[in-house]
Amino acid sequence: MNDLIRRYGVTITALMCLLVAFWLVMLVVVPNITLFEQSFRPYLPVVEVGGPKDFYSFGNYAKVFDGSIERTFFGYAYTIPVHVMTFGLTIWYSIVVTVACFLLAYPLAFFMAKIANPKSLPTLLLLLFIPLWVSEVLRAFAWWIILAFKGPLNALLLAIGAIEAPVRWIVDYDGVVIGLTYTYVLFMLFPIYNAISSLDTNQIEAADDLGASWWRIHMRIVLPHAKPGIASGCVMVFMLSAGSLLVPSILGSTTSQWFTQTIDQWFKDALDWNTASAYAFILLLLCTVFVSIALKVFKVKLSDIAK
Amino acid sequence: MHKLRMNLARLYMGLFLIFMLAPLVVMSGAAFNDNRLPSIVPWKGWTWRWFDAMINDDRMMVAFGNTLVVAVAVAILSVIVGTASAILINSISGRVRTLLYSIMISTILIPGVVIGISTMILWTKMGNALGTEFFLFNPGLHLSVLGQVSYIAAMVMLLVLARLQSFDAGLEEAALDLGASHSQVLRRILLPYLYPAIGAGGAVAFFQSIENYNVTQFTRGGMDTLTVYVFSMVRSGVTPAINALAFLLIMVTLVLALIYEINRRRLARIEAEREAEARRAAALEEAL
Repeated sequence: MNDLIRRYGVTITALMCLLVAFWLVMLVVVPNITLFEQSFRPYLPVVEVGGPKDFYSFGNYAKVFDGSIERTFFGYAYTIPVHVMTFGLTIWYSIVVTVACFLLAYPLAFFMAKIANPKSLPTLLLLLFIPLWVSEVLRAFAWWIILAFKGPLNALLLAIGAIEAPVRWIVDYDGVVIGLTYTYVLFMLFPIYNAISSLDTNQIEAADDLGASWWRIHMRIVLPHAKPGIASGCVMVFMLSAGSLLVPSILGSTTSQWFTQTIDQWFKDALDWNTASAYAFILLLLCTVFVSIALKVFKVKLSDIAK
Repeated sequence: MHKLRMNLARLYMGLFLIFMLAPLVVMSGAAFNDNRLPSIVPWKGWTWRWFDAMINDDRMMVAFGNTLVVAVAVAILSVIVGTASAILINSISGRVRTLLYSIMISTILIPGVVIGISTMILWTKMGNALGTEFFLFNPGLHLSVLGQVSYIAAMVMLLVLARLQSFDAGLEEAALDLGASHSQVLRRILLPYLYPAIGAGGAVAFFQSIENYNVTQFTRGGMDTLTVYVFSMVRSGVTPAINALAFLLIMVTLVLALIYEINRRRLARIEAEREAEARRAAALEEAL
């Protein structure tokens, strides 16, 4: 701090501190505290705000347990609150998306880092970047066209004889998982690619010379080395998937519901901002827990994720 | 065996590229199909009418303008805040640094839904508390800008910080010793060194802002941005006018990518020529 003042003077230093304070206090910390505070207040008409009915309670959070539906799981019937189920399914399908992204991205990251011709690599990276620059809503829309019942995918598969009747792709959560995987796979690819690039190729060759099989090379050398990249890829993909509102809304079916959609409905349809806050806070809590677990499991620091 | 595996890897690479790029081709193709529903099958003939429909769609044009205004505002604010944060973070150490840095990074991980709702609640509540009708405290695109800056600034901060780490602070010392004023040190030495990172940060901020849906959706009031408008079209009555728009956006992206690629190849060639020349010169010297 003294160093800053010596270099840039008191005025400029103060100005910089003010800017940072504005960002962190007014745009990050205070809004989140307000959200937290608001989530404990009941939703009241404007005249009653601050009146006797306006006291703190867990009422908004308790709404998660309202309205049960019946489900069967391997022939075992049970009832579960709708929102709890939405929450659980959101986590589950976000994990599915994360795993799918990893399985798709890892071989490619290895290929790009260790096998591909270094001269053609920049062109390859550029080609991969193009979908990233096209906005998310348009990418989801593109899949909406492709997966349509009378769309190009069914037409193609019918033409080559892979299927006999058109398949309904947008059922249950299928469309959502496909869309999220497509949208976020690059957030898995680039961190893993960066991590594998820094691996000394001699290590792989040495293992190969000593007779290690290819999967053993991956298990014992490449994967452990790529761990920080995998961790940051997984965290990014999971967070983006669980927090996505666009893709589940566009590619969702009548039976799919994402937790963010529930929050959106409380906010926009029911106009109950307080319950929306409570639900948003639950989502935030889930994400914090997930990141902490991932950091512990992979033994990496938060600052490594951001690279 | 090794060769087979190599070819399999190449095949996979090709399939992956098709997976990434085919949706964009399908979407572009649908812009030219004379079919009321956006699709490439069945093909009903070539048409330009969806481009006419796009240009005559006033709401879409307004949304497009709004998107640009928001993106420019977000880029400017994020660059200013992000650069200041990077300089500050770079010059402090210890616990305070760890704490500030963690808060900054965590903004990238906060779900957009949470940012949107919390921004909206804070500013409207503040307006109620102050009993004012001042526009800042009402829902609208200015709140979208503030919400987006809250996490996009962190991305700019990371880019600038990476560049700062290779900065030679001795240059500033020298300038101060030679009698430069504080603002001169900042304007003439530090900032010019940071310009590449600031430029990249500005570009990232601009594109991130255009992409954004979650924050905008909750804070926009009644205003439209392109993302919000396209979304509402997809939900309600979609026509290939959106595909026409998507085609144009993809073309802009492609042209930018092409310029970048040509420029990169030119620089690589110049570099290679220089190296060859240096080698020739060295060989000549040895021969003499």
